[in-house]
Amino acid sequence: MPRSTPLMIHIVPGKCDFCGCCVGVCPEDAIELMESRIAIIDERCTNCKKCVWACPWEVIEFHREGVAELPKEQPLYLNNGSE
Amino acid sequence: MKESYDIIIVGAGPAGSTAARYASSGGASVLMLEKDRDVGYPVRCGEAVSHEGLVQFIEPDSKFIGSTITRFRLVPPNGKSVIPQLDGKGYVLERRIFDYELAKVAAKEGAEVVTKAYVYDILKNEKGEAVGVKALLKDRETEIRSKVVIAADGVESRVGKWAGMDTTCHIKDMESCAQMTLSGIEVEDDTLDFYFGGDVAPGGYLWVFPKGKDTANVGIGICAEDAKKKSALRYLEEFIQEKFPDAAVLTRIAGGVPCAKTTDTVVKNNVMLVGDAARQVNPTSGAGIISGMIGGMIAGQVAAEAVRMNDLSYLPEYEKRWHKRLGWRHEVFYKIRDAITSFSDETYNSIAESARKLPEDKQTLGGIFRAALWNRPSMLLDVAKVFVS
Repeated sequence: MPRSTPLMIHIVPGKCDFCGCCVGVCPEDAIELMESRIAIIDERCTNCKKCVWACPWEVIEFHREGVAELPKEQPLYLNNGSE
Repeated sequence: MKESYDIIIVGAGPAGSTAARYASSGGASVLMLEKDRDVGYPVRCGEAVSHEGLVQFIEPDSKFIGSTITRFRLVPPNGKSVIPQLDGKGYVLERRIFDYELAKVAAKEGAEVVTKAYVYDILKNEKGEAVGVKALLKDRETEIRSKVVIAADGVESRVGKWAGMDTTCHIKDMESCAQMTLSGIEVEDDTLDFYFGGDVAPGGYLWVFPKGKDTANVGIGICAEDAKKKSALRYLEEFIQEKFPDAAVLTRIAGGVPCAKTTDTVVKNNVMLVGDAARQVNPTSGAGIISGMIGGMIAGQVAAEAVRMNDLSYLPEYEKRWHKRLGWRHEVFYKIRDAITSFSDETYNSIAESARKLPEDKQTLGGIFRAALWNRPSMLLDVAKVFVS
């Protein structure tokens, strides 16, 4: 069922340990986890918060006002062009 | 690497490597894909196994053993611990080497192994059956075909869902975990310590598993539902601050342990689930290495037989054999977990108190269990089922 509210689940950039505990409890298959990348799949997430509760590291947050404006994962070390 | 195999295995942990080993020795062509760049790393595990469990699969070898265990110490909330007599012995493994060895055994049997291979979907035929996987290999989207897919993709398993199996772990069954490997501390290298109680580890336990006399895995699992209020990491940090404030921290890791019954379905549309992906963890103890390997072995054997007979309708035989071997037992352990997680601190204290009053030769795990039964007689029937088997 499509969600009528904005996405409220936010993974704090740079803090995740990629353990997969959140993916295990997600009923919607709405989290993509690679070796060292993680993302919420916006169109599947229902804001159920189970991942927020399960996360051992307190890395996933719930924001009632929506997360569209929050920072996403960014590269830590920007290559500024030096050879 | 070829374009097609008899069997593709997703995930190279103990369950995946054991499935690969037995599928290969059964004559099937096998490809095992691991999403991380290393087999065996990072280690998300307390690493304890029993001797009897281990020797079913591999001879104990000092290169992957951190400590040999002959004692448990159970510490209730009031700190008056019990040390039950153990019949057998066990080990704290070095999983980063152990997992490597298991993958090497699979490779020796003929399995191909590729790391840094992220499976992001399964290939399906018009009937919805799996006929291979889609994977990112060296950052290139690649399709590899197979007759059977074995999903050994861990607590974070998604492969089963793509094949139509409900593998979601209920939040009350998930143990939210954190662990640090500490060094520069003093521990007894033959003893596993377990701490219980609502203030230490609600709905779970905290462990200190030694790796030699100066190093240990110090970890915690708490019921994910209880983690709403306070995370596993914070419970662990408080414990370490109190007990080992000056320790060197060698690793610091998060994890999830699915302490549930085996998923309702473990075979569907030519996909077989094994290990944590199938929720094959002992729900009372949270131990999953050996049970996952047993699941992997049976799945590998059945898959190879099905391929040999050219009859994939034989795959559900895995479900039958798993339930006969361990699945039914895990259903009983699941009920016991239910009872234990509802124990109050007073109950833990009184169980330990009654156990300490037993004569020394009766202070066994069974003796403690009988003490626990006095506190929760409704467990008796469930326990009886395990012991009469």
